[in-house]
Amino acid sequence: MALNEFTITQLRGQLERGETTSVALTQACLARIEATDERLNVFITVCAEEALAAAAVADQQLAAGSGGLLTGIPIAVKDIFNTIDVRTTCASKILDNYISPYDATTITKLREQGAVIVGKLNMDEFAMGSSNENSAAGAVRNPWNVEHVPGGSSGGSAAAVAAGQVVATLGTDTGGSVRQPASHCGVVGLKPTYGRVSRYGVVAFASSLDQVGPVAGNVEDCALLLGAVAGYDPADSTSVDCPVPDYLENLRAGVAGKKIGLPKEYFIDGLDGDVQKSVDAAIKVYKELGAEIVEVSLPHTEYAVACYYLLATAEASSNLARYDGVRFGKRQDDGNGLVNMYEQSRTAGFGAEVKRRIMLGTYALSSGYYDAYYIKAQKVRTLIRQDFLTVFEQVDMLLTPVAPTPAFKIGTMVDDPLKMYLSDIFTIPTNLAGTCAMSLPCGFSEEGLPIGLQLVGKPFAEAEMLQAAYAFEQATEWHKRVPEL
Amino acid sequence: MNSRYEVVIGLEVHVQLTTKTKIFCGCSKDFGQSPNSQTCPVCLGLPGALPVLSRQVVDDAIKAGLATNCQIAPHSIFARKNYFYPDLPKGYQISQFELPICEHGWLDIETEDSGKKRLGITRIHMEEDAGKLTHNDGNSSSVDLNRACTPLLEVVSEPDMRSSDEAIAYLKQLHQIVVYLGICDGNLDEGSFRCDANVSIRPWGQEELGTRAELKNLNSFRFIKQAIEYEVERQIDVIDAGEQVVQETRLFDPDAGVSRSMRGKEEAHDYRYFPDPDLLPLEVSEQWVEEVRQKLPELPAIKKLRYQEQFGLPEYDAGVIVAERALAEYFEALVAKHDNPKICANWVMGEVLSALKDSDLTISECPVTPELLAGILFRISDNTISGKIAKTVFTEVWQSGKTADEVIEAKGLKQVTDTGAIEAIIDEIIAANPNQAAEYRGGKEKMMGYFVGQVMKASKGKANPGMANQLLKKKLAE
Repeated sequence: MALNEFTITQLRGQLERGETTSVALTQACLARIEATDERLNVFITVCAEEALAAAAVADQQLAAGSGGLLTGIPIAVKDIFNTIDVRTTCASKILDNYISPYDATTITKLREQGAVIVGKLNMDEFAMGSSNENSAAGAVRNPWNVEHVPGGSSGGSAAAVAAGQVVATLGTDTGGSVRQPASHCGVVGLKPTYGRVSRYGVVAFASSLDQVGPVAGNVEDCALLLGAVAGYDPADSTSVDCPVPDYLENLRAGVAGKKIGLPKEYFIDGLDGDVQKSVDAAIKVYKELGAEIVEVSLPHTEYAVACYYLLATAEASSNLARYDGVRFGKRQDDGNGLVNMYEQSRTAGFGAEVKRRIMLGTYALSSGYYDAYYIKAQKVRTLIRQDFLTVFEQVDMLLTPVAPTPAFKIGTMVDDPLKMYLSDIFTIPTNLAGTCAMSLPCGFSEEGLPIGLQLVGKPFAEAEMLQAAYAFEQATEWHKRVPEL
Repeated sequence: MNSRYEVVIGLEVHVQLTTKTKIFCGCSKDFGQSPNSQTCPVCLGLPGALPVLSRQVVDDAIKAGLATNCQIAPHSIFARKNYFYPDLPKGYQISQFELPICEHGWLDIETEDSGKKRLGITRIHMEEDAGKLTHNDGNSSSVDLNRACTPLLEVVSEPDMRSSDEAIAYLKQLHQIVVYLGICDGNLDEGSFRCDANVSIRPWGQEELGTRAELKNLNSFRFIKQAIEYEVERQIDVIDAGEQVVQETRLFDPDAGVSRSMRGKEEAHDYRYFPDPDLLPLEVSEQWVEEVRQKLPELPAIKKLRYQEQFGLPEYDAGVIVAERALAEYFEALVAKHDNPKICANWVMGEVLSALKDSDLTISECPVTPELLAGILFRISDNTISGKIAKTVFTEVWQSGKTADEVIEAKGLKQVTDTGAIEAIIDEIIAANPNQAAEYRGGKEKMMGYFVGQVMKASKGKANPGMANQLLKKKLAE
């Protein structure tokens, strides 16, 4: 059974009508993982036993006519979400076999809605990367072409959906980590407005940028999963107490009369030809659907990547200080004192990219450099946010490419971190601005690799953005293609 | 005071708050529980856990700010202070750095040498405490995180103090205020009120500050004074020897009466402070400040003036009684029952305080409650017992917990006010002491004291001394 043939709503209908069971769906998932994961390396941990037990409970609830939005639906989450029963490694040696004594708020919400969690997904270590090659569990492979990366850091979250291993997944997006892999894997991924979804229990990379985001095979499932995890959480001081609308209710509202802006700074010379073609075609579709397309400007775009790599690394250098060998990871201690123990444990526990970012961030915060780097970057961030707020006075949303190129080949960028950082050039600004954005399939390259379209919505206007995405999806066939595996 | 150098002292005080919970999580901060039992993912610094600020801690910080004449910032920021240590589970301490909640305060102090003086308070900020390390036998240490994330206020003074006496006067007043406010138990031994002193010297008339040393481990007012005085002498010796004072942290050893440099901490730490992205900027409205202001207790300086005006107490008496909030409360409970405030004050400052001192008890543990003491004082004012007998009664009440009336009845201490009975005693005494009587009658009026004493002795102290005096005068004049 191929799970990516149906939406969650359709599967819920089949479950309610008794046409299938959660145990059957879960077994199908596990079988699909078994059949494909040796090639793809999507899962860090598969928890078959726990999943089947949860599925059995879901079947009882379904039989009793009770249950939530996701009762019986097999889902997987990035290995950055703390789960009480299964290890949470963040794809790092330093958290190898770490078992959290508590569930993240989003995990609690998934369980309350009856979701069956089948496992923990591969990712770039501590969510640092754009290719899912920086993982202690090894690189994830793109289901459309296993020679290529799936994107990152939520590479596992996107590849799992593309490969039909699970119905939907959760990832996290700090600079594009949900949208860029969704684009590379031909699935739908959404980064909510900062504060829309609780961060409590999600291992922090850069606290002021991190947001939890859903990944699914279609816009409707993405909307449903967002509704299941969104909302104010008193345990997260940065979550916002703002009502969560029913994202499915007006999903078919269309885009007629909507003003969609094309930021000119995003349509640059270096853009890959196939990406350019696909996005242009998408713009045409929106015109045909009755949207008004206007060119706009986000003048500070060129500073976004530099600004991001100062702020994100500064926060990361502090967030990752707790992995010091005292309580996490394998302590490396040759008996030469505390400082040596710290150095050796962290040297052995962290991968190269994580170390690089900790050093960058430590430098940016150091006395004598703080004003020139961290403070300057904060000022630039304010300007970038202001760019978006100004543009949103003119248009309802923005349309841009997700990434400058389709998924690149594994191993081609590892020696050039700066070039790799630039692959997030179109996704980073929305994290800095704190607004919502999503990626949805809009075409394929000549090589047959998926290409994504990015919509950027006003803060807390996820519903409107999802309506525009749904309209495009209904007018096109891209989301219906699945990779041959 | 040194003739060549001026002493400059600034103080940093850590005030441990008496809130029920920790500053960023709901854990209880009960001390003395088994290690790591008062913890949760937040105070353990587990991956993914996030801090949520306790409103009570903000209330307490505002109280401290208002009581020390600070401005309360409408907008303040929590910052991370980054450093590695095993008692710091997150690898950073959440504190306030650039925008603290209180700034620009002051306290007025008075010392014998310098009289009245106003001392500046730079800032008061909120922060979390670290855990506790225990160094075991052999080569290991244990970490207890029960104390991690418990709330502290750090009160930083201006370098305005010019002697150890001024430093102590400032500290005692600050201590009195935080205990009055009910935000700190004030226990120096257990570290509820911790002080670090920054000490430097400079030639008289020099504007620029000298290089300072930071003194730590000062857990009594006496040690603070000793440590500062030792440090001043040490710095004078260094400069006199033609060397330079180095900026360093020094640990005071109260047993040896000396301080020692903490090696390995000489290079200045770079704490890489930056705003904590997990906590929003703290916005404190004027209304919030007003609500806290309404709840402030009467502070000692104000209370002292009121005692002088309302009760007519001398400044000294008022000062002694308001020194401790619980003592002032005891006094006020007493004057609510007994209408002579001066007698009440005398007894509180005299019998009560000295008995407490002898038995090493605090005023809240005093076995003679204000009700019981009022009972004793009533029996003095209605002449049932003399002031002298009253002291005996006080001791009995202290030991037995019985009322004054019960003690007087049981011990037969009731004052003799029967004229006939006293006259009979006087007659006997005059008859037995003809020579002394003659001396008195011959003009030696001092002999009256002798006769009163004899009457009191014969009556076992129970004769009313006033009546005895009167009757003696009459009888001896016969």
